[in-house]
Amino acid sequence: MSDVVEKTLTALPGLLSLDSQPGSNKLSSNSKLRNLIRGITELTSKHEEEKLIQRELTSIKEQVSSPNTSMRQMKELMVRAIYCEMLGYEASFSYIHAIKLAQQGTALEKRVGYLAVSLFLNESHELLLLLVNTVLKDLQSTNLIEVCMALTVVGQMFPKDMIPAILPLVEEKLNHPKEIIRRKAVLALYKFYLIAPNQVQHIHNKFRKALCDKDPGVMTASLHIYLQLIEENPEGYKDLTTSFVTILKQVVGGKLPMDFNYHSVPAPWLQIQLLRILCLLGKNDQSTSEIMYEVLDESLRRAEINHNITYAILFECVKCIYTIHPKSELLEKAAKCIGNFVLSPKINLKYLGLKALTYVVQQDPKLALQHQMTIIECLDHPDLIIKRETLELLFRITNAQNVTVIVDKMLEFLRINKDDYTTIDLVGKTMSTVFSVGGDTMQPDIPNSFLKLLSEGFDSVEEDRKLRLFAVDSYVSLLQGEPGKLPQRFLQVISWVLGEYSCLRADLEVDTVLRLLAKLLDMKTTSSETKSWVLMAMTKLCEGGAGVSVARGVSETYSSSLDTVLRQRAQELQHLSQDPELRARVLPRHTGLEPLEVDSSLSFLDGFVSEALAAGAAPYKPPHQRQEELAQAKSLSLEPYGLSLPLSMSSCSITDRQSPTLLSISSGLSGNSNDLSHKGGSSSLRLDGVKRVWGREGYLAQREPAEESAHVEVPSTLRSPSQQGRADGSHSQTPTHTPTPELEKQQLASSLFVGLGSHSSVCLMGKSEPTPQRFRRKARSPASSSGASENISHSLVSPPITVDTLVCNNLLDSHITSEPDVSPLEQTPPLSQGLAAANGSCDEELPDSDVKGSSPSLIGDDALVAADPAPHEEPPKDLLLSSYLPAELSGLSHSEITPLSSDQSLDLSACHVQKEGDLVLVVFIYNSSDSDIQQILLELDSEELEVSCECDGAVGGARGHSVAVCQYSLSVKRPSVHVELVGTVSYQFPVGTPQSGQFSYKLPLSSFIRPLTLSTEEYGTMWLDFSHDTKQNLTLISDDPEPLAASLSVLKNKLQLHVVEIIGMEGIVACRLLQDQPCLMHCRLHAGTLAVWLRSPVPDLPDCLMYFCQRALQEH
Amino acid sequence: MRFLLLFSRQGKLRLQKWFTPVSDREKKKVIRDMMLLVLARQPRSCNFLHWRDLKIVYKRYASLYFCSGLENNDNELLALEVLHRYVELLDKYFGNVCELDLIFNFEKAYYILDEFLIGGEVLETSKVAVSDSMEEADTLQETMEEYMSKPTY
Repeated sequence: MSDVVEKTLTALPGLLSLDSQPGSNKLSSNSKLRNLIRGITELTSKHEEEKLIQRELTSIKEQVSSPNTSMRQMKELMVRAIYCEMLGYEASFSYIHAIKLAQQGTALEKRVGYLAVSLFLNESHELLLLLVNTVLKDLQSTNLIEVCMALTVVGQMFPKDMIPAILPLVEEKLNHPKEIIRRKAVLALYKFYLIAPNQVQHIHNKFRKALCDKDPGVMTASLHIYLQLIEENPEGYKDLTTSFVTILKQVVGGKLPMDFNYHSVPAPWLQIQLLRILCLLGKNDQSTSEIMYEVLDESLRRAEINHNITYAILFECVKCIYTIHPKSELLEKAAKCIGNFVLSPKINLKYLGLKALTYVVQQDPKLALQHQMTIIECLDHPDLIIKRETLELLFRITNAQNVTVIVDKMLEFLRINKDDYTTIDLVGKTMSTVFSVGGDTMQPDIPNSFLKLLSEGFDSVEEDRKLRLFAVDSYVSLLQGEPGKLPQRFLQVISWVLGEYSCLRADLEVDTVLRLLAKLLDMKTTSSETKSWVLMAMTKLCEGGAGVSVARGVSETYSSSLDTVLRQRAQELQHLSQDPELRARVLPRHTGLEPLEVDSSLSFLDGFVSEALAAGAAPYKPPHQRQEELAQAKSLSLEPYGLSLPLSMSSCSITDRQSPTLLSISSGLSGNSNDLSHKGGSSSLRLDGVKRVWGREGYLAQREPAEESAHVEVPSTLRSPSQQGRADGSHSQTPTHTPTPELEKQQLASSLFVGLGSHSSVCLMGKSEPTPQRFRRKARSPASSSGASENISHSLVSPPITVDTLVCNNLLDSHITSEPDVSPLEQTPPLSQGLAAANGSCDEELPDSDVKGSSPSLIGDDALVAADPAPHEEPPKDLLLSSYLPAELSGLSHSEITPLSSDQSLDLSACHVQKEGDLVLVVFIYNSSDSDIQQILLELDSEELEVSCECDGAVGGARGHSVAVCQYSLSVKRPSVHVELVGTVSYQFPVGTPQSGQFSYKLPLSSFIRPLTLSTEEYGTMWLDFSHDTKQNLTLISDDPEPLAASLSVLKNKLQLHVVEIIGMEGIVACRLLQDQPCLMHCRLHAGTLAVWLRSPVPDLPDCLMYFCQRALQEH
Repeated sequence: MRFLLLFSRQGKLRLQKWFTPVSDREKKKVIRDMMLLVLARQPRSCNFLHWRDLKIVYKRYASLYFCSGLENNDNELLALEVLHRYVELLDKYFGNVCELDLIFNFEKAYYILDEFLIGGEVLETSKVAVSDSMEEADTLQETMEEYMSKPTY
């Protein structure tokens, strides 16, 4: 240690010179501090430290109060006192001496005095009043250092009431010749403005002068004030917009002195401050926003250097662009910028990218869609902060369709999260959104789990109370708003919470709550189930006083209700409200959580039963037995039975005063399947990623083992260097049926981002309709080969038969959680394979079609219903169809054969074949009817594509049960990431009316990309000719010893690019878009990423290709 | 910025600065929570955290953690650079700064901080200016010392 100390000493000539002066007593006191510090570092236990410090404090106390102590000694004592305070020991006796030191000491001692004051005291401390005089005196001092010290302390803390006393002096300092004094004066005024705005109202024009100060530092300081002022009143400062814009322009243009640069970025703090101000000024104001477009563009462009500080500026820029009046060009650039953040390998940037996404996602949901795979990865990120931020993002895109998955993810997070504050924040904030969005479609277990969470709470009582209070507060304000719009289930939750916990909020009168609840009862839309919840809540609440009269009114109304449950609740309310003693026994306050054992065998009734039996009553038969007997008595019933009430209720223990439906949950099986199939009815697509996570016991336990194994993996894998690999690794360790983790992620993506596409009018990926259609056909065709096909397709699309949906549930379960489900039905094993296979193959298509349409609105006339619930014939399988491929194409690789449309007689499918110089679309027309069709007319059209047909539109005829094939050659007119064809088919049977239907076919632009063979020289000459370009940093394949070569070979294989040459850190690549549109690519390794620059004569082509490159590398 | 804390990997506080009034009890709680939170972080994880309604930005320099609490609309990356700039300033002043410099000369570290941040806002973004004013004060200190140690006649 000693040589380090020596180093310290040499680094401090000032101190050294002090210490080397022999004979003065400051040496001893200075070394006293040293001794103290050394002594403490040598100690081993907290107890010893405490003893030492106490001794030290006593000695300090003795010395400071002694009249013989000089100011210099006092200075040293103060430093020691500060040290003790820092270690957490109180030295309040020294406060007054600190003030004295600041007052009486010479400059040097004063400095320590002021420092001690600023560390010991805070604004509200009364001793601070004693400092006012000292500050006054120092502000008037001729010694600049003293003025500076005074301003520094004023800028940190000053008693509010004393501001008028020194304000004129501080104002005066705004004209001081020294910049540093002007700057500190401005900041002191800023502080005054913060603590007492009305005191500095009259000097606004002086702020303006500071803004125009010739020293950039003073100007920067004044921006703090302006930011505050504008935040409070943006209207008042619109005239300054041009000035701010000019300043920013100058800063960005590098007009400031070099020493304001930070890592060669000009005055980043100033830039960010200005961007914030512009953001406030341009909000909801088109004309003001227009002034700043240019400079914002400039800022985005200038921020090139790969350094945190440029990213900080970019982040602020993006925020500004999305806040002010939108300009599409800027938004595009900002979106790209966000993309860079999200895709960045640096975790901090990723975090900010997620944050930015959260900020913009409501305006622009397609951005979230673009990055869905990254978002999914972030959901599994080992860093909880990233996870949390991702959840935050997901909540912004919550809608009725993805609510279940998101809630599931949230619960998963809550289970591993330790921080109570976060928990409260998340639970409170999100359950409200979830309820109001998800509402009635939600399975009943979700609200129940929430209530359970509320009542059982966390480890700490205090946090529980806070969460409950939060719930009560937010729900009361909701009810005061427009409760009519809230979903029933949410109303039930609200009334339960208010019934239980509104007593926690002391200032909330029971009366108010009762009246709010009574209002709910009066609403027409309130269902009777909700009403019974409300009545229960009222029963809990009415404790004498004014409540009773409300209660009496209500109970009178409902005691004559036709609904027996309501009538019973009303009676309870009536009796309990009138009989406080009974009420106290039935509903004891503050007992809360002890679970109540319920004797579910009802043994206490044994006596009664035996008496009744003895008196000749018929013995009890359970419902299913009764039904059976009934059925036998009549005739054989061919209908499948609805599930009878399950199973065992023997060991259920319920918490006291639980929700009325808790008991009904035990019959939740039928409820679940109803919900699920209800969803299936509106869109079968949703089923594929939506795991069945809620069961009778609440959250399904089956997932636990899988999750735990993943959980256990985390600590060990944390040590591994590559985070990417880790995420994947732990993921693949979860035992799943799905072929790859990737697939699982895509499933998750599809279920998370469902419903988003329909909101965005400018969807990047093109229209969303065809996908669900395709999916349906897929799901059905393999299944229909087995005997029970109708069950499956029924449960997907039509109102359910309970047993069928149960099967379907199990299938989904076994498919996703890989738990061997014991299914009651025999035909399950083959089925499950069938369906799983169907799902699997569908999911493989997902990369091509990012947008999952929420509504399966099928294109076409009624005659062509793509998902006919009862197929008559077995349509030909892929394999069979591929044999119909024309001979010249059969050797080439073709895409998967996708169904386009079908009706009773015609099934249309298509695939595309990549030839070397051409892309051929092959349409298969399968006539599934018995009769021949003479004439089939097929017309194709596309905005992006040129379609040339070899068969002239007319296909000719198709005999019964045979396939006709039609070929088209496609080339790109206008590049877009996905191109789409829309087609019409019309035909006529010999007998009957003409039929027609529409279909669409979508294919990625990458199928049109072919390698372009060039020499490096040719490449060089072409490069300069092309006018359209784009640049982006892409993820590098980092696990390879030669990352550049590896990345390029991935691109080459996946996208058919031609690698012209690799020179050191750079590589050049060329390709063409059919027919002959070249696109050149230049790659460079840069700071761990692949900096890609694409150029082409065709507009949009570089952007599209960049998209595919990004994807290809990400997927790798 | 609400506060700035410097503490060692062993959980010893080296410097604390509060930019808003906070009671002593609250301070202790914040310090304890920060240490728990920050020291538990794995290396190379995100430098940003949430704590109550504050955003925490921390960074580790050698054995010392710099940890700051931000309000909701502050820019995290910028705060990270504020911490870095502070380290640069310390480095410039002490010359290759190490933890011991800060232990033994913590009051200097405070002075430098006061020249750099006032009330949680960046006062001086120019590195030159901060070190200038520090130098000025220090020369004053030295001349005063000389003056004081001269024998009085």
